[in-house]
Amino acid sequence: MSTVASSLDTFPKLVRHNAERLGRRVAVREKDLGIWQAHTWRDYHERSRRIALGLASLGFVRGDKTAVVGDNRPELYWAVLATQALGGVPVPLYQDSIEKELTYIVDHAEARFAVAEDQEQVDKLLRVRQQCPRLEVIVYDDPRGLRTYSEPGLLSLAELEERGEKFALGHPTYVDDEVARGGGEDTAVICYTSGTTGTPKGAMLSYRNLIEMARIAAEREGLRSDDEALAYLPMAWVGDHMLSYAQAIVAGFAINCPESAATVLADLKEIGPTYFFAPPRIWENLLTNVLVRLEDAAWPKRRLTHFFLGLAQDLERRRLGGQPLPRLARLLAPIGHLLVCGPLRDNLGMRRIRIAYTAGEAIGPEIFVFFRALGINVKQLYGMTEASVFVAVQEDGDVRLDTVGTPMPEVEIRISETGEVLFRSPGVFQGYFKNAEATRQTVEDGWIRSGDAGFLDHAGHLKIIDRARDLGRLADGTMFAPKYLENKLKFSPYVKEAVTLGPGRPYVTALINIDLGAVGNWAERRGIAYTSYTDLSQKPEVYDLIQQEVARVNASLLEDEILRGARLRKFLILHKELDPDDEEITRTRKVRRGYVAQKYAPLIEALYTDRDRVTVEARVTYEDGRTGTVRAEVAIRELPAR
Amino acid sequence: MTAPARSGPLLDVDGISVRFGALLALNRVTLSVGRGEIAAIIGPNGAGKTTLLNCISGFYHPFEGAIRFAGQDRTRLRPPEVAALGIARTFQNVALFRGMSVLDNIMTGRALAMRGSFLLQALWWGPARRQELAHRAFVERIIDFLEIQAIRKTPAGRLPYGLQKRVELARALAAEPQLLLLDEPMAGMNVEEKEDMCRFILDVNGEFGTTIALIEHDMGVVMDICDHVVVLDYGRKIADGAAEQVRKDQAVIDAYLGVAEPLQRRPA
Repeated sequence: MSTVASSLDTFPKLVRHNAERLGRRVAVREKDLGIWQAHTWRDYHERSRRIALGLASLGFVRGDKTAVVGDNRPELYWAVLATQALGGVPVPLYQDSIEKELTYIVDHAEARFAVAEDQEQVDKLLRVRQQCPRLEVIVYDDPRGLRTYSEPGLLSLAELEERGEKFALGHPTYVDDEVARGGGEDTAVICYTSGTTGTPKGAMLSYRNLIEMARIAAEREGLRSDDEALAYLPMAWVGDHMLSYAQAIVAGFAINCPESAATVLADLKEIGPTYFFAPPRIWENLLTNVLVRLEDAAWPKRRLTHFFLGLAQDLERRRLGGQPLPRLARLLAPIGHLLVCGPLRDNLGMRRIRIAYTAGEAIGPEIFVFFRALGINVKQLYGMTEASVFVAVQEDGDVRLDTVGTPMPEVEIRISETGEVLFRSPGVFQGYFKNAEATRQTVEDGWIRSGDAGFLDHAGHLKIIDRARDLGRLADGTMFAPKYLENKLKFSPYVKEAVTLGPGRPYVTALINIDLGAVGNWAERRGIAYTSYTDLSQKPEVYDLIQQEVARVNASLLEDEILRGARLRKFLILHKELDPDDEEITRTRKVRRGYVAQKYAPLIEALYTDRDRVTVEARVTYEDGRTGTVRAEVAIRELPAR
Repeated sequence: MTAPARSGPLLDVDGISVRFGALLALNRVTLSVGRGEIAAIIGPNGAGKTTLLNCISGFYHPFEGAIRFAGQDRTRLRPPEVAALGIARTFQNVALFRGMSVLDNIMTGRALAMRGSFLLQALWWGPARRQELAHRAFVERIIDFLEIQAIRKTPAGRLPYGLQKRVELARALAAEPQLLLLDEPMAGMNVEEKEDMCRFILDVNGEFGTTIALIEHDMGVVMDICDHVVVLDYGRKIADGAAEQVRKDQAVIDAYLGVAEPLQRRPA
């Protein structure tokens, strides 16, 4: 493997190789003006080269950083490649970040250049630039609304490429020379981890990290150059960078950029990807969508669907648990597949999927089983930004419910004395940019501390229990795993987010966010009128609804020997949604437990008193960065003791 | 179509009056809208704003005065003729084909630009086919521009109000107008929808150079996006000028906020 890699050790070299080898094959598709527009590998190479020339004409030198911000667009992937071709380092940013977050990262990464998708991002970057004078040049793709802007150092991608063409006249081999100077140990990208604690940290990944891990995973999972993937996750997330960029280039498959964030589901159906990657949040949304639409169907259809879905899920659960399958169910399953599961899978745009991953955080077992029952090969992937994503993946045909699978080839896993998962692999990052302290805390002799508590079972499968620091015990010593409970709660279409509390307390409680779409639909069908999210969340009927869901979780908890003592005693429904703009969850939608505990301290205290309602006042941040105050009265519900 | 004069105002309304029975809805209103301008027509309820718009779009005809568009007198034209001249409009109460998809609704905006025989169009053959493809491409640009890709195939009647307004704007734009008349484009919208609509109006003006005349009640919006404001009250023009200047005008303040003896001034 290393012999092949030795001459093709950076992405610019690999793309040039692809342009020669796969020239006319499609590399990127983008839905624009209602039509899927295709770009070949030759286009990929050619356009990134032109962008690189343009950047060079503006004085881009080796080591410069380019901030890349916007939805998934071919041009932005090309900007990433162009930066790398010149020996620079791309820094992809979350497109929904507010100005403050952008400012922190642009400043910390010392970005001189920025490539933005449209006016919205340019407006943010122009304000960022006032505080980060190091940011000189801002390039934008979509000129709409920007024609009248006359700020210095602001230019369109078309203008940049034009400048590049002129520059090329005097320097015909400039980009090729720069590409030749690059090597596998150079930093390829800095991915800022959203971090559930503290400020973001910039993980530096080398070309060798990304290319080797991409290749290892592609070989083990059998990726092919005729695979199709949907590039719809934030470009700043390492998952998208690995799949839509690194793996697509290494394996030579095509990625497809949706028309807009609002059309992803429709585009998914049109493309029918064979390789699909989604965090649990997306799977949850898909499931909620299905269940809500099902509730609107006529009752014979609904009954039939529920029956066969139930059957398929029961079978899948037994299969994953290695239990025997009842004969009647086995006989009925093909009918169910024909009538319900197959059509539903097709309707979701998932008929052609060969490999699908859920990653980012733990997925609720019920959600996982649901999609597998439809016949979709969803597998759990355990990974981290610092590992170039891949640590462990469930192998085809060896998927279990309670583990995240076996380590990838060339990845070693070890469990520390404290029960923390440690690993070592070719993907282990170079360190955090300008943060040696954090690097020291994370890496020890080449082993990365994952921060997760887990163990390897007798068959070599890795089982993750919870975040090491989240795992706790109740006041009486009962084991309590918050994430585990939360995932069970979130299986309900009505529960969008849940935060469970318990360590050091006498019993377990939960803060719950309802799903406005699903609960709103439920309320409308029952003729329950509501005016706003806050109003709906505090309806006694909604509390009754959620109470049933909590009782269901408690009942399923009885099956687990270790965790059965940690049943939920009380809950309340939050008056507002947890929002990344309020720093309550990260941009990748992980709950920032510490912050939530602090912010909602009065609510949490009330859960451990005899009160049945509590008044809250909360600051909210609007999308444009302004803040306001919301005041509400929140009810507390106690579950009847059995 | 006659070649439009390159200089001078695009729209010239010269002392027009309209009477409904005993009510003088417009009383010698004169105003002009320059090329590439965003002009607002404001005023209290019943001031005659929509009547003025209806006159410009040929729906009503004034009994005195003249309306000139691009230097040509066109006081007496009917709505289709006005539309053919390059004036498109949206309505105060959304007027979409509720059962048709958003795409089809916007395509109707291209109707005037479609040529060719009925037979060829029915067979979707030859020039008719090429034409339809070209029109569809144009409509797709508008869909992209107004960010309504996700509802392309949705029946218009199923959309929330704010989006219906946006689809109406799209249909008006599909006619490639020189002058766009918007009757309360932001009525009944929430703050976010209003901000979106403001951005679209500014972008339409900036990107296509379309001249826009709009009726609006939200003074914040008017002051923010309009170059030029005309104030009507009881069918008469009481102020005309730059937004800043109009805001300070005493007659305008009186009309909007009332004066000391409002009941005597306005007999029912």
